Amino acid sequence: MGQLQNFTKGFIRENPVFVLLLGLCPALGVTTSAFNGLGMGLATTFVLVSSNIVVSLIKNLIPTKVRIPSFIVVIASFVTITELVMEAFLPALFEALGLFIPLIVVNCLVMGRAEAFASKNNTWSAIIDGLGMGLGFAFALTILGGLREILGAGEIFGWSIFAGDGMLVFVLAPGAFIGLGYLVALNNIVKKKLDQNA
Amino acid sequence: MEYIIIIIGAVFVNNIVLAQFLGICPYLGVSARVSTSVGMSGAVMFVMTLATLVTFLIFHYILVPLNIEYLQTISYILVVASLVQMVEIILKKVSPALYQALGIFLPLIVTNCAILGVTILSVREDFGFNLLEGVVFAVGNALGFALTIILFAGIREHLDLMDVPKGMRGAPAALVVAGILALAFMGFANLV
Repeated sequence: MGQLQNFTKGFIRENPVFVLLLGLCPALGVTTSAFNGLGMGLATTFVLVSSNIVVSLIKNLIPTKVRIPSFIVVIASFVTITELVMEAFLPALFEALGLFIPLIVVNCLVMGRAEAFASKNNTWSAIIDGLGMGLGFAFALTILGGLREILGAGEIFGWSIFAGDGMLVFVLAPGAFIGLGYLVALNNIVKKKLDQNA
Repeated sequence: MEYIIIIIGAVFVNNIVLAQFLGICPYLGVSARVSTSVGMSGAVMFVMTLATLVTFLIFHYILVPLNIEYLQTISYILVVASLVQMVEIILKKVSPALYQALGIFLPLIVTNCAILGVTILSVREDFGFNLLEGVVFAVGNALGFALTIILFAGIREHLDLMDVPKGMRGAPAALVVAGILALAFMGFANLV
């Protein structure tokens, strides 16, 4: 598999949220606006790329039996770094994302890529894989956040689209589930079309 | 009385799955049958209560006195992971029947963000829980998880028999159902 394909697979074909259904807790929890979704996506990308690099470097040093706890410690360290940096430089975003920043540790996407990809491939491929998957995650969160922001508040990235209040339910909890449900269905259709053309 | 308020708040008002979006992976993953969702709820309740008890003590008697609260995330995840391992070993020895019932769900719980989320929430300063209140909070959240996942599994069993449009089959339909369930739970807002 070429590096380009390795990078682009995370967007549609193997999108972590729409296809693999991984990392759904932050995907539903923080996407009240496109900006929050993008912020969460980029924070996860940072953790994913960093942990992929370290895991691919130490893969021959750790015994197979204790690999999962070792991966968790690596991931947790990078999450703590993200937490401290974000609290210092982006306090507003830190407030908005709240509990979901420490919970990047248990995002199955990060653990899944460490176990399924980084521990079996060289560092360069692991970086590309982390970037592709992370940005695919950010892409999905931004779309879901944007959808909820447009329908719920009539805005996108804080820019007004239409006047009035919008449908409040899309900013609240039910809108997250329903919005994601329709986006998964849409992605299924797009994927099918791509497969037919290929 | 305040314990009852904590439990009602955790089960209905701030439901862990439908209002706080924690534990979505097992919520969607093991809710295809009512029987498996009951097993998962049992395992979650067991581990969540134990983990909250242990991490509460670690936070207040080790992390705070030593001024190293920033190690919270790392220490908590290690505690949860080793606790699950330990529970699995003990259960296998002491109660093989319970081990059989919870068996496959126990390892899955390590990456269940509901556990880590509740342990972090229960030491938050604005809640100001003492040890017993923290444990009651964990039990309430576990009950909330059990209630929603069993309800959801019941609906999904019926959904299998329905004629769902092709593109919506599987995950999309389940997510929309979860959304409608969340809508119903919004009726409990401002109850306490």
